[in-house]
Amino acid sequence: MFKLKDVLNRSLLTPFNIIAGVIILIGLVITALRFFGGLATVTNLSDYNPWGLWIGFDLLCGVALAAGGYVTSAAVYIFGMKKYHSAVRPAILTGFLGYALVVLALSYDVGRPWRLPYPFVVQAGTTSVLFEVGACVLLYLLVLFVEFTPAASEWLGFRRARNLVVRLTMVLTILGVILSTLHQSSLGSLFLIAPSKLHPLWYSQYIPVFFFISSIVAGLSMVILEGSLTHRYFADKMDETHLREKEDVVFGFGKAASFVLAAYFAIKVFGITMDNNWHYLSTGYGAWFLVELLGFVALPCLLYSVGVRDRNIKLIKWTSALAVLGIMVNRFNVCLVAFNWHLPSSERYFPSWMEIGLSLFIVTVGVAAFKFIVTFMPILYEHPEYKTPHA
Amino acid sequence: MDFFTLQDFYTHTKGIAYILIVVTLIGMAAFWLYLTDHENDDGEFHF
Repeated sequence: MFKLKDVLNRSLLTPFNIIAGVIILIGLVITALRFFGGLATVTNLSDYNPWGLWIGFDLLCGVALAAGGYVTSAAVYIFGMKKYHSAVRPAILTGFLGYALVVLALSYDVGRPWRLPYPFVVQAGTTSVLFEVGACVLLYLLVLFVEFTPAASEWLGFRRARNLVVRLTMVLTILGVILSTLHQSSLGSLFLIAPSKLHPLWYSQYIPVFFFISSIVAGLSMVILEGSLTHRYFADKMDETHLREKEDVVFGFGKAASFVLAAYFAIKVFGITMDNNWHYLSTGYGAWFLVELLGFVALPCLLYSVGVRDRNIKLIKWTSALAVLGIMVNRFNVCLVAFNWHLPSSERYFPSWMEIGLSLFIVTVGVAAFKFIVTFMPILYEHPEYKTPHA
Repeated sequence: MDFFTLQDFYTHTKGIAYILIVVTLIGMAAFWLYLTDHENDDGEFHF
């Protein structure tokens, strides 16, 4: 157990705190500029390019990389793979923080954050894909918050609230899987209405399937990557169970990620086949598409499989970083690189330094929140008073 | 390759897709065996 006074007794001037503090200060300045000066003050967005880095990175990558929550809880509670139980709480926490930051980033992009609930009361209709995404993200954020509360309740001593939520674990897991399936795929569906804007190699009628399958890879890889990083920086906060199960999680999730990546590779090839887009592969965009498909899908698939067979934990950890990078490359390609590919280069979008700064600010807030929570709450260890099976 | 009708187009693309489906089904099964053949048969579902 870690007490607040123990932490306060330490020096606050650590390298992490200094760097994080500087980034957060810059982020706050950009925040003021964005909300008082408007989008044009801080972004390079235009009518041609209304979705920029804040959607391509903060939202699309954020949602995909937060998929570890539903993937892990489904594996443990629905498919009964109890040996991965120690990975559930860190994955739920990462998912919860990821989605909370997605909503934060979205409020910068759309502006007037007090109007975020408007789609539920003032809107033209429920047939919009964007409405479905908004509804699912809101509901899933609530589900993740409730799934996270047992850890916070154990920390705060709210025994009854904690026990009530633990009894709801299976319902929450099923809700999480349903909502994730819906909105992970629907984020891809958003691009179905732009066949003339998105390059044919990335545009496909199956793009919702691509987004959903790749989110599973993102979730599995993020759990491995995040587990490696927490083991490196928070090993003193991990109990014996977490340390013992760590390797099982890496090998099990690495194997699953390898198999899902193989399936993802196959359906991406189907995407080219069904639209007969083979001739585009010999163009510049085709070369970049092949880099994504071979370098960030086939290669991690192969490396994961070699790592699993050779029991090479280091290789799997590095491969998880490559796979996460691959998901980001894919989302960037769909939202930014291959979008508006017909436009002359003078009209193409490149983010301003303030857009990049704000994205860094949001990631830093997430890392700082993660650090705070794993320091104080029973995420990487079992609370001594709650040794029974929990959520 | 030139296509004059939608029928031509689908005959071509679906023809390739059906071949790929067979290759994928066999390939995925083989890949799963490659991933798991070094494990002991302890009756536990490994994933």
